[in-house]
Amino acid sequence: MEKKRYTLAILVDNVAGVLSQIAHLFSRKGYNIESFSAGPIEQPGVTRITTEIMAETDAQVNLLCNQLRKLFPVHSVKVLSADLALRRELSLIKVRAETADARNEIIQICNIFRASIIDVAPSSLILAVIGQEDKTNAILALLEKHGILEIDRTGIVALERGAPTLHDDTKVRGEFNYGKNVR
Amino acid sequence: MKMTGAKIIIECLLEQGVDTIFGYPGGTILNVYDELYHYQDRIRHIRTAHEQGAAHAADGYARSTGKVGVCFATSGPGATNLITGIATAYMDSSPVVFLTCNVGKNLIGKDSFQEVDITGISMPITKCNYIVSHADQIADVMREAFAIARSGRPGPVLIDVLKNATAEQAEYEPLERDKHYAEGRLGALIARASHDLKAPEPDLADIDKLVEMINEAEKPLLICGGGVVRSRAHVEFEQFANRIDAPVAITVMGGGGFRGRNPLTTGMIGMHGSQASNMAVDSCDLLIAFGCRFSDRVALDPASFAAQAKIVHVDIDRSEINKNVQTAHHIIGDAKRVLELLNERVTQQDHTLWKEYVFSFPTETEYSLAGDSLNPRQISDSVARICPQDTMVATDVGQHQMWAIQHFHYDYPGQLLTSGGFGSMGFGLGAAIGAKVSHPDKVVLHITGDGSFRMNCHELATVAYYDLPVITILFDNRTLGMVRQWQTLIYDHRYCQTDIAKEPDYVKLAEAYGLSGRRVSNQADFEDALHEALACGHGYVIDCVIDVDEMVRPMVSGGNPITQFLLA
Repeated sequence: MEKKRYTLAILVDNVAGVLSQIAHLFSRKGYNIESFSAGPIEQPGVTRITTEIMAETDAQVNLLCNQLRKLFPVHSVKVLSADLALRRELSLIKVRAETADARNEIIQICNIFRASIIDVAPSSLILAVIGQEDKTNAILALLEKHGILEIDRTGIVALERGAPTLHDDTKVRGEFNYGKNVR
Repeated sequence: MKMTGAKIIIECLLEQGVDTIFGYPGGTILNVYDELYHYQDRIRHIRTAHEQGAAHAADGYARSTGKVGVCFATSGPGATNLITGIATAYMDSSPVVFLTCNVGKNLIGKDSFQEVDITGISMPITKCNYIVSHADQIADVMREAFAIARSGRPGPVLIDVLKNATAEQAEYEPLERDKHYAEGRLGALIARASHDLKAPEPDLADIDKLVEMINEAEKPLLICGGGVVRSRAHVEFEQFANRIDAPVAITVMGGGGFRGRNPLTTGMIGMHGSQASNMAVDSCDLLIAFGCRFSDRVALDPASFAAQAKIVHVDIDRSEINKNVQTAHHIIGDAKRVLELLNERVTQQDHTLWKEYVFSFPTETEYSLAGDSLNPRQISDSVARICPQDTMVATDVGQHQMWAIQHFHYDYPGQLLTSGGFGSMGFGLGAAIGAKVSHPDKVVLHITGDGSFRMNCHELATVAYYDLPVITILFDNRTLGMVRQWQTLIYDHRYCQTDIAKEPDYVKLAEAYGLSGRRVSNQADFEDALHEALACGHGYVIDCVIDVDEMVRPMVSGGNPITQFLLA
């Protein structure tokens, strides 16, 4: 069966070892992490993890979410719907730019992709580009002929459109829904 | 009050009502043991021969009493020796708090003597684990750890306390156990963590739906899993089974959850399940499973498992639902509470025809009488005749384990102690020690095979030291019987590394530890030895000679439909 990409948002207590605990669970259940990003949120002591995995069915991902909810530092887990999720990734790209022509062409590419140039050196530039992986891949393809020196990507961060938030999908709610046979 | 971290640890154990600890001392945990010295009148410590034995003993104590077991070990090898014991408790959802001490904060991360990252190692086999680096965190963490270990789906929790934290002084205020849930970390955790810390109240609409399904069913079958045992729901379960008049198949972990002599029992289910159980699974139209995981030893082939039935799964852990088999309906909740609600609602039913069909298949296997050796059925018959009905049984893993579950009948939760999920050879003697310590008035049998016994037989030293009259019944076939059975049936008689014929003399071994023993090869001698063992008042090893080619029957090989018997 073909695998689909799933985006999971997880709120956890910011305690020692929590990231490895989450990451370990994925590997232990046989999933490879495609993308993983974490950072503090408005609530003190709480970290949001956004991660992406490849899986075959929604049911498999549901099982995985239930396993995640069993971990005590986990506050809530939500599978972001593909239709509603706004997914973004920040990439920093260091590219070779030794001639004026090269520099001009790169600046043009940057304008088209709404990327910003955040560092200029005699023989190189650093670009910052925000987008989904297709946009990042496209700009990388265009820059390739100039020589890409170094790349750093944050991994996907994502929010769903509209007012509902991850806080609404608490463990209690998940439990309630599960008992009700909600699919 | 200001006191050392070590003293806080002991005080917290008293808060929890702990009166027995299993463990083994060592360098980093010395402060705690030094404090324990002053509490000898209130806390009994059982020092085993090896930390693994202590872990199994604490597990056996927890399984047999339903209380949280406690196990101490030092850092490094002391902690890693616990691992098999922790994993065994985890797989069988047994509540045990493991307390290890690590090197001091100034030595952490420097590859110091006997330093190991035990929380990292034990992460996937504990419900939760903690590193405590300062004395002022100890009370909070211990209260949370005990609450987590015993609530929801129970399981092991590990606390790793750094040595400096056991020496430091900190404030400690005693707090009754009931008040823990409103205070500190645990209070904050329980405010948001629902499952695994609070038993969810079953949904009444779900209960009603099941009652409706029961009313419609003509061929209902119940599975009694380990959850019934953990929730001590045997009375409610039996009432329910009698009420809906359905046959009951029992999993390995479910032994003791349903009275084995109730005429509704079809015996064990799964790979070595009885023909009655497995045929019933195949032809039932409603299968209600209580607290079982549908593991690969029960639902050998998930696709064909109970293919004609609507499967209903009752479990406290929602992540078990639809994990191994797809269910038609499920109820999340504690088995006892769900059964209480069901018993209020279901009416008396009659399924005579269906029972006639199911019980037309044998529920137990017959064995031929061997000339110069015992057979498993003779041993179990004699034990049933001679030992009191409430005798507790701890098993190791292998053929003897299957025989002990197939042919002994268990009446109450905690009567059978066996490593069902993890299948740890060497579990039995430790578990028997835990059971005997907590139930000094009951007869405790350690049923083992020669392969398993050799793994942890050094715990005979503990049996001798504490004068625990544990009776070891050793099924001695001079081979690793279960593996040999597979080699016979599946690997064309290539007995690679399973022959252990040049064995120690187990009677002399028992005597070396200051215990008694006897080697027997017929039923009369066995009964004689058993009488002697029951009367002697100390540990006793009965070395029972059985045939090397005796097999566990029936058998369905892994991954095959449950009625496709390789051996009948």
